Amino acid sequence: MTALALSGLNVWFGDGPARVDAVRNASFTVAKGESFGLVGESGSGKSTILRALTGLAPSWSGAMSVNGKTLGHRRDRDFFKTVQMVFQDPYAALHPRHTVDQVLSETLKLHGFRDTETRILSLLDGVGLGPAFRFRYPHQLSGGQRQRVAIARALAPEPAILLLDEPTSALDVSVQAEILNLLMDLRDEHKLTFLMVSHNLAVVAHMCERIAVMQNGEIVEIMPVEAMRSMQVTHRYTADLLNDSINYVRSSPVDPSPSVERVDPD
Amino acid sequence: MNALSREWLLTDTPTSRMHARMSSFYKGWLALRSNTLAMFGLGILVFLLAVAAFAPWISPHDPFAQDLANRLQPIGSDSHLLGTDSLGRDILSRLIYGSRITLYIVALVALIAPVAGLLVGTVSGYIGGWTDIVLMRITDIFLAFPRLVLALAFVAALGAGIENAVLAISLTAWPPYARIARAETLTIRKSDYISAIKLQGAGPIRIITKHIWPLCISSLIVRVTLDMAGIILAAAGLGFLGLGAQPPSPEWGAMISEGRRFILDHWWVATVPGLAIFTVSLAFNLLGDGLRDVLDPKDEGR
Repeated sequence: MTALALSGLNVWFGDGPARVDAVRNASFTVAKGESFGLVGESGSGKSTILRALTGLAPSWSGAMSVNGKTLGHRRDRDFFKTVQMVFQDPYAALHPRHTVDQVLSETLKLHGFRDTETRILSLLDGVGLGPAFRFRYPHQLSGGQRQRVAIARALAPEPAILLLDEPTSALDVSVQAEILNLLMDLRDEHKLTFLMVSHNLAVVAHMCERIAVMQNGEIVEIMPVEAMRSMQVTHRYTADLLNDSINYVRSSPVDPSPSVERVDPD
Repeated sequence: MNALSREWLLTDTPTSRMHARMSSFYKGWLALRSNTLAMFGLGILVFLLAVAAFAPWISPHDPFAQDLANRLQPIGSDSHLLGTDSLGRDILSRLIYGSRITLYIVALVALIAPVAGLLVGTVSGYIGGWTDIVLMRITDIFLAFPRLVLALAFVAALGAGIENAVLAISLTAWPPYARIARAETLTIRKSDYISAIKLQGAGPIRIITKHIWPLCISSLIVRVTLDMAGIILAAAGLGFLGLGAQPPSPEWGAMISEGRRFILDHWWVATVPGLAIFTVSLAFNLLGDGLRDVLDPKDEGR
């Protein structure tokens, strides 16, 4: 069963001579429970695909569907209950004047949950934060803790599909592994479908089963992760990308043991 | 831990929403208290409030009682601590009663103008497009008029009196607030935390009131307190032109314009209310600066 399907998606910004085509004719499907990676260099249109999916990029053409339901240009509550997103920069993704409690309780209220009290505590527990973090402001949290809060917010409506926009690229190398392992655990626990964007091939290889490689707004190759690991690629650009990042893969911070360490309050 | 003890209020791990709120209030108060100048400003304003509230009991004379035999008495004369004006009225009593009018003007303008500006600015900045163009051009038109002249026109249309003067000042004071709020909104509206709340299905009204307003308010508060002196003076100017506070009322600005005629020979008649305006304006500025530091949690040293 397909969770996400895109066919012939074009996304552009601006009009007339100022028009920039960020994504051209992108097509792929993500099966339920699958983890799908989008890789490519900066500006290749990876994040734009996520923004188009969530309705944050207004001008697009083509077809997108979630769980078989075709998406129009407006997104409804049901969509946001099914699809959620974790943003790249945890320093920018949390409102500076809202405590963790306000962030989560507002989200829960918007989705019509009544038992916010117990849900907030279980959400915090689920991302490895104790109840002590509940009334903190973002400036009182570290980058990794903020990203955990952002993940808790994304999980609050109990979505089936999680879009991850480079969830670890703004974090310290030591924290990256923690967050990635947390995401893997959550995926097993909640049976989530992941669509993950990253420029780090090691991260994608660790997290995903299939990978799409993007260049200049176009998907040049879609392959299973085993093909990438054994360097069996067909497109030249993919081979270049792999060669370029081989040194990076060797010094990869990713720790394959899937354990989530609990973060203690300081 | 006992409720309302110091440790309970200063805890790092609040146990309930109520606890967290009281704790952050107390921490804010401590931060404000450590700012000597802001406390000085707050002290003056509390004193002003007390004076205004107890005016009938603490003023030595009736502020309207004329005594032409004792006109233009100097400072420190018998039973007139700050002297008398051209009609022999006790300046101290008039000053005390005038504090009520000053507070009234300040409170009304501070309620109307920033709220109107915030509303126009955030809606314009957040929605953008045609709404932005129309609202900002209206703002430009109001900004292009000299403030006092526009206020004059409004008062002439609405009739003289302190309420209409306040309304006129408010109508001319909101455009700068709208500009500030719009500028702040433009920097906020594309940020990830606004996108994130959109992804929870929040509508524009919730985003503007719950997510954008809290971030605009601290810069508006600073601007309001800086404008206070100007607001008091604008009210005084309208009073001087006969369009604000009407003659017998002891409005500080009107008192200055009355004393203007004798400023060379009887300097205290204009100087004393002038010093009062100066002190209150200074107090507002000091408090505003301190409040800005407290209201911005990003600046909290940690």
